[in-house]
Amino acid sequence: MEVQMHKKRLFSQIAAASVAVLILAGCSSSSDSASGGVPKVDMMKELGAGEGQVNIVAWAGYVENGSTDPKVDWVTGFEKETGCKVNVKNGATSDDMVALMKTGEYDVVSASGDASLRLIYGGDVAPVNTDLIPNYADIFDNLKMQQWNSVDGVAYGIPHGRGANLLAYRTDIVKPAPTSWGSVFDTNSPYKGKITAYDSPIYLADAALYLMKTKPELGIKYPYALDQTQFDAAVELLKAQKPLIGEYWGDYLKHVASLKSGGTVLGTTWQVNINLAKGEGTKVEGIKPVEGSTGWSDTWMISSKAKNPNCAYLWMNHIASPAANAGVAEWFGEAPSNAKSCDLTADKNHCATFHAADDAYWKDVYYWNTPTEACLDGRTDVKCVPYAEWVKAWSSLRNS
Amino acid sequence: MLDSLATTMHKKPRLRLIALLTAPVLWLVVAYLGALATLLVTAFFTIDSFTGNVIQQFNLNNFQDMFTDAAYKNVVLRTLGIAIAVTLICSILAIPMAFYMAKVAKPRSQKVLVALVLTPLWASYLVKIYAWRSMLEPGNGVIDWLLGPIGISSPGFGGPAIIIGLSYLWLPYMILPIYAGLERLPNNLLDASGDLGAHNWYTFRKVILPLIFPSLVAGSMFTFSLSLGDYITAQIIGGKLQMLGNVVYQNFSINLPFAATIATIPVTIMAIYLWLVRRTGALASM
Repeated sequence: MEVQMHKKRLFSQIAAASVAVLILAGCSSSSDSASGGVPKVDMMKELGAGEGQVNIVAWAGYVENGSTDPKVDWVTGFEKETGCKVNVKNGATSDDMVALMKTGEYDVVSASGDASLRLIYGGDVAPVNTDLIPNYADIFDNLKMQQWNSVDGVAYGIPHGRGANLLAYRTDIVKPAPTSWGSVFDTNSPYKGKITAYDSPIYLADAALYLMKTKPELGIKYPYALDQTQFDAAVELLKAQKPLIGEYWGDYLKHVASLKSGGTVLGTTWQVNINLAKGEGTKVEGIKPVEGSTGWSDTWMISSKAKNPNCAYLWMNHIASPAANAGVAEWFGEAPSNAKSCDLTADKNHCATFHAADDAYWKDVYYWNTPTEACLDGRTDVKCVPYAEWVKAWSSLRNS
Repeated sequence: MLDSLATTMHKKPRLRLIALLTAPVLWLVVAYLGALATLLVTAFFTIDSFTGNVIQQFNLNNFQDMFTDAAYKNVVLRTLGIAIAVTLICSILAIPMAFYMAKVAKPRSQKVLVALVLTPLWASYLVKIYAWRSMLEPGNGVIDWLLGPIGISSPGFGGPAIIIGLSYLWLPYMILPIYAGLERLPNNLLDASGDLGAHNWYTFRKVILPLIFPSLVAGSMFTFSLSLGDYITAQIIGGKLQMLGNVVYQNFSINLPFAATIATIPVTIMAIYLWLVRRTGALASM
């Protein structure tokens, strides 16, 4: 009896304590919603001494210290020269990267266009003082101060490089070689169950791009500006595609392993994955299909809460330098952003192959962007579906 | 120094209690209940649709989204089905195994068997699941190579693969409690049952099963709750199939409040499960 009473009292104490915690949790963290306008974040004025380390969030293949391939290393030299030890965390998707940057644990991020604006408007990144980055001068002019890396004439980052999302196929299995994204949406595909797609809401844009070229009656002008009808059509296309998919990929290493084993023979990919799979002896190629492609134009940005701002600036300058930029561009398989990089690539044709300065090539590459309610293609008579709805639709599609 | 401290403690029972309980209670309240409470609170918040920042404004939109979209009902049912299947498979495999270990094997081999059951726990979770990935690989995995000649092919990546993988992972957590339960079961009860004319099956149903029921429940709580919350196995060998954990993982970076909303489902299911278990009286004799 007494034990019962005691238990009850203890329980009520614990209950009271948990309520207290509940209230604390509700009140303590300050509300920092930033609807409308960019939160004011101070820009670095002058460079000080390095802090001894820098924490980086990057796409796989952007920060290589020789551990993947001893010949691929643009980090060790930087560490020796500046005394900044480089710690890198790979992000699998732009959403991952945004979440990682929100923790405030990281100093620098290589953000794609569907992350950069969210980071800027969320107050997670600071404006970049380009005067402190000597290599900024050599960056291609048409990459500077673009819609995805600046706001109101203020630079928020250093352009890194650009590329297209490719259609990968196993040359020994998929015959004839595909030329169109139609091959991953064909419900009678002989490769049913062995097709892959990128596991992120932004993949909806790939469907929209295909519809833009094949269903002109929908009137899609830009894959990131979809009104409700266009958006629903894209979702329907992906629903019809789902039975064809063996696995969606988010983890690039698993994706490469699938290409190698033949579990995946066809689907969307990055050039770096093709390079890695080829390096392991897989017969695989990647093409930009006739419809064009989605793609990325990445930007190195600095966290507004950076604990190692000096090393962060040193890193941004280093990665924009001709040698490092050429190294990344060649390893990842993308067009470099530094005009002088083209002389330093091991393959002298690299810049030509990846169309570094060929504006015509980029005409049908639609860089990842963040969809907003105000249509990005300039339409004002309709409301577009914002990214949050893309996320919901994708989550629903993946779990149905 | 230590002696005088012990004397003070001895004289003041209240102080003694505080010293004893501060750390565990802090852990329980702050780290454990605190996390749960934050989760619950977050589930009622929303996000800025553009920046993804959490807006701390009480609303029920997340719950509405969750209940109106059929996809989430499916994922709950699928996850429940997987957790139940894993628990059943683990029980069916664990009872004979534990019985052999506790009642048939010689004392010396008993210890060896316990160690053997524990060995899979020494290897990393990821290594084991990646091993299953290569074994289940359709066409060129070990399963196809081994069972192909007798006409059985690998189930490929998907639901069956997840059930196999999770059953493999959690089996030791089922065997050990049942083994402990059977060890406490006096042999003469079995002898008495046999002397009174009961067949083996009858003895199992009427004597063994009721007595090891609490152990079975303890084991099932491990296998069931671990399966309910798992997402890595589904990610690696689940093909395009998703479990509740994957929904949380998929949403937490983009829409934390919605992920929290989804995360309340397994908590609720476990609460119901424990309540059902309590009604059977198994908790009291555990």
